[in-house]
Amino acid sequence: MKKQLVIIGGGPAGLAAAVAAYDAGVRDMVVIEREEKAGGILKQCIHNGFGLTRFKESMTGPEYAQRFLDEVQKRGIEVRTNTFVTALSPEKQVTCRSEEGIFTYEADAVILAMGCRERSKGALNIAGTRPAGLYSAGTAQKYVNIFGHLPGKKVVILGSGDIGLIMARRMTLEGAKVECVCEIMEHSSGLKRNIAQCLDDFGIPLYLEHTIVEIKGDERVEGVVIAKVDKEKKPVPGTEREIACDTVLFSVGLIPENELTKGAALPLDPRTKGCLVDGSRETDIPGIFACGNVLHVHDLVDFVSEEAEIAGRAAAEYILCGEREKQLVLTSAGENVAYVLPQRVEKGRDVKLYFRVRSAFRGAVIRVEAGSVQKAYKRIAVAPGEMDNVTLKAADLTDADNIRVSVLREG
Amino acid sequence: MKTIDVAVIGGGVVGALTARELRKYHIDVAVLEAADDVAAGASRANSGIVHAGFDAPVGSLKAKYNVLGNALMAGVCAELGVPFSRNGSLVVARGAEEEAQLQVLLERGRQNGVPDLEIIGRDRLLELEPHMADGVTAALHAPTGGIVCPYGLTIAAMGNAMDNGARLFTGFEVASAQQTKDGWLLRSATGQEIAARIVVNCAGAGAEYVASLFGDAFFHIGLRRGEYMLLDRAAGDFASHTVFSVPTKAGKGVLVTPTVDGNLLIGPTSVEDEVYSTAVRRPAFGEIKEKASWMLRDIPFGQVITSFAGERAYCDRHDFILEWGKENVFHAAGIESPGLTSSLAIAREIAGQLAKRLGAAENKDFSPFRRSMHWLKELSEAEKNAVIARDPAYGRIVCRCEEVSLGEIRDAIRQNPPARTLDGVKLRTRAGMGRCQSGFCQPNVFHELMKECGLRAEEVTKNGGNSYIITGGEL
Repeated sequence: MKKQLVIIGGGPAGLAAAVAAYDAGVRDMVVIEREEKAGGILKQCIHNGFGLTRFKESMTGPEYAQRFLDEVQKRGIEVRTNTFVTALSPEKQVTCRSEEGIFTYEADAVILAMGCRERSKGALNIAGTRPAGLYSAGTAQKYVNIFGHLPGKKVVILGSGDIGLIMARRMTLEGAKVECVCEIMEHSSGLKRNIAQCLDDFGIPLYLEHTIVEIKGDERVEGVVIAKVDKEKKPVPGTEREIACDTVLFSVGLIPENELTKGAALPLDPRTKGCLVDGSRETDIPGIFACGNVLHVHDLVDFVSEEAEIAGRAAAEYILCGEREKQLVLTSAGENVAYVLPQRVEKGRDVKLYFRVRSAFRGAVIRVEAGSVQKAYKRIAVAPGEMDNVTLKAADLTDADNIRVSVLREG
Repeated sequence: MKTIDVAVIGGGVVGALTARELRKYHIDVAVLEAADDVAAGASRANSGIVHAGFDAPVGSLKAKYNVLGNALMAGVCAELGVPFSRNGSLVVARGAEEEAQLQVLLERGRQNGVPDLEIIGRDRLLELEPHMADGVTAALHAPTGGIVCPYGLTIAAMGNAMDNGARLFTGFEVASAQQTKDGWLLRSATGQEIAARIVVNCAGAGAEYVASLFGDAFFHIGLRRGEYMLLDRAAGDFASHTVFSVPTKAGKGVLVTPTVDGNLLIGPTSVEDEVYSTAVRRPAFGEIKEKASWMLRDIPFGQVITSFAGERAYCDRHDFILEWGKENVFHAAGIESPGLTSSLAIAREIAGQLAKRLGAAENKDFSPFRRSMHWLKELSEAEKNAVIARDPAYGRIVCRCEEVSLGEIRDAIRQNPPARTLDGVKLRTRAGMGRCQSGFCQPNVFHELMKECGLRAEEVTKNGGNSYIITGGEL
């Protein structure tokens, strides 16, 4: 089956990319979604706070998703739900499996929008038993918000990522007692507003530099042993204490879901765990683009939509105008910067650079060095949980052979 | 109450294969399993190694059944559709002192009748396993060593036995045994009763207790816990052989092996226990990493997807116990390593003796075949499309990491032995065994169990007993 554009994933990234590609002139396209309904993880994010940046209003996850679903529907874009992509080839063949069978699209362009998955408890090497009552935060969120089952009544949460924070509040509102949130780092990886609204407002303690060292209970969880960790993140002997609970939620990081990408032999950035892309979100294979959490884990869906629109427009340009010669310049992460995305920038075009800092502090200066051009931007505070960005004009890149972003302390 | 011919106590690999072998005769057999599923003990959590047979002392039952069992494994796995691979094993030595031990193993293996053993030098070793650690100088190569999925074999054997008329009672913890005029009356902890002419004790860690119910106390069962780390399939080709180290002054080593499902498995530790436990101790991770590094370098421990422990029963005789106790009670106890390898040879021995005692004739209707657990994955695209056209549920993917369809989940719940728990579905289909460790598929499998088994949400368990998934109620 021929298709000009195949978009893999019908979450916020895939939907926004589809709308943008349509508006840029592409008609022959399909969005492949493995779940029963498009909308991705937003479907279970019934809390508010979505859309503040983009729409200047606070929406719930399903409301935010519906905005884009409405746009998709208005344009008559085909969304194939309950369809699972089993393989992607470097030649842009997309093999799918659904109740209709196994079939393959031969695509002119492909947009990867598969999102991410939660890092599992199993990867953490926690001692103890493997009873019922251990959930990743997102799984618990699905049980509560989609199915109306409350997993347990007495909860310990490991990891202060945003889903963990949201679930601390959610479980509390449904009548569970959240004993504490443990965070192995010296700072939370979640948004500041979530710490205030989900923990502080409910008196839930956040234990920084603490982790779970052991899980107790044979059939259902009966408790956990938590301990303080040292600078190397090793538990400090003598600081262990046991907390009785019947449920443990793990919010210990998100991993871009790049199994298909690996199948297409596309290299991944070890820092972002996503593809290497240029400003148009084009990967190493011309005509394959990536956007959203499959590319790098975002803090706000608003930025996912923005990035997906870049990819959607670029895919349309590729389809309608053909491949373009690009003169690329690499970006690099300087002092206190974890990564910069995109990893390369096209000369002659404006570009917005996204980055995350390594540690939190107040009074920061973002410095961008691009050849003879040097720029500085002030920030009141920076934190690893919050993605930041700066925009460079095409004129800023004329003599650059590398663009370096650093975040320094003021003064 | 009708008295059946044989009650097998214990639904581990030995119990399940024994039931299957018994059904090759006109023998009416029931398996009584204390847990809510088969393969609940050591058969669930072990190394999955089909040993070549050079380890067991010459003349021991272990040596005899190991070598016999190794030769039988490929055949039974083919019949039952269980993945098996003769990947070969390597025992590696570091320096002259350890190399001397390889000679001992080689000699012992030859006396035990292990074919094709050879000692190889470092150069040849590096061709076989490029990640050999620097200090490794030589190895014993046993090409007949293999790997099998231990719970897969148990489930398939039980399923095939049931398809041929055997019955399985789960949640049947034998609490008392009373001798009757024609055998034994067994009562469960919940008051169920079964009368059988002959009882076979395959109770693993519980074998000493079960023996005591019949008044037999001639062996003692000890418990030894083995802890493991399991790595993502992305690391599955790190080693192609099963790699052991010779026991050293620093203690018994661990093994590093690919699994038949493509993961990399590292372990086990060895912890003597007074009380049954499948908890992983805190120091286990460091121990496993250190001992594995004696043999192989640059093991990608960053790709661990889970860790687990299995509790193994061993006997104070340090050999298998395969003998009659009280009248019409047969004990298959202390089946420690190489128990998995030996299991079919042991089962045949038991079935042969019982058939003789019962005067049972051969069952000509017995069919040894069972559809592979992974039958769908083994089909071509055209064949898969034909299957999906007949039942669209096979087109609907539930587990993303292991690509398991709704149809396969339903099969696991509907086929013998039926899955009734999340772990039951996982062991039969691999749904939830991948890198996300059931994060995505668990709620969907959960609802399929509710639908298929008529359960309410708060009745679904992870693994039977009180392992309820939902304990906070409905919202």
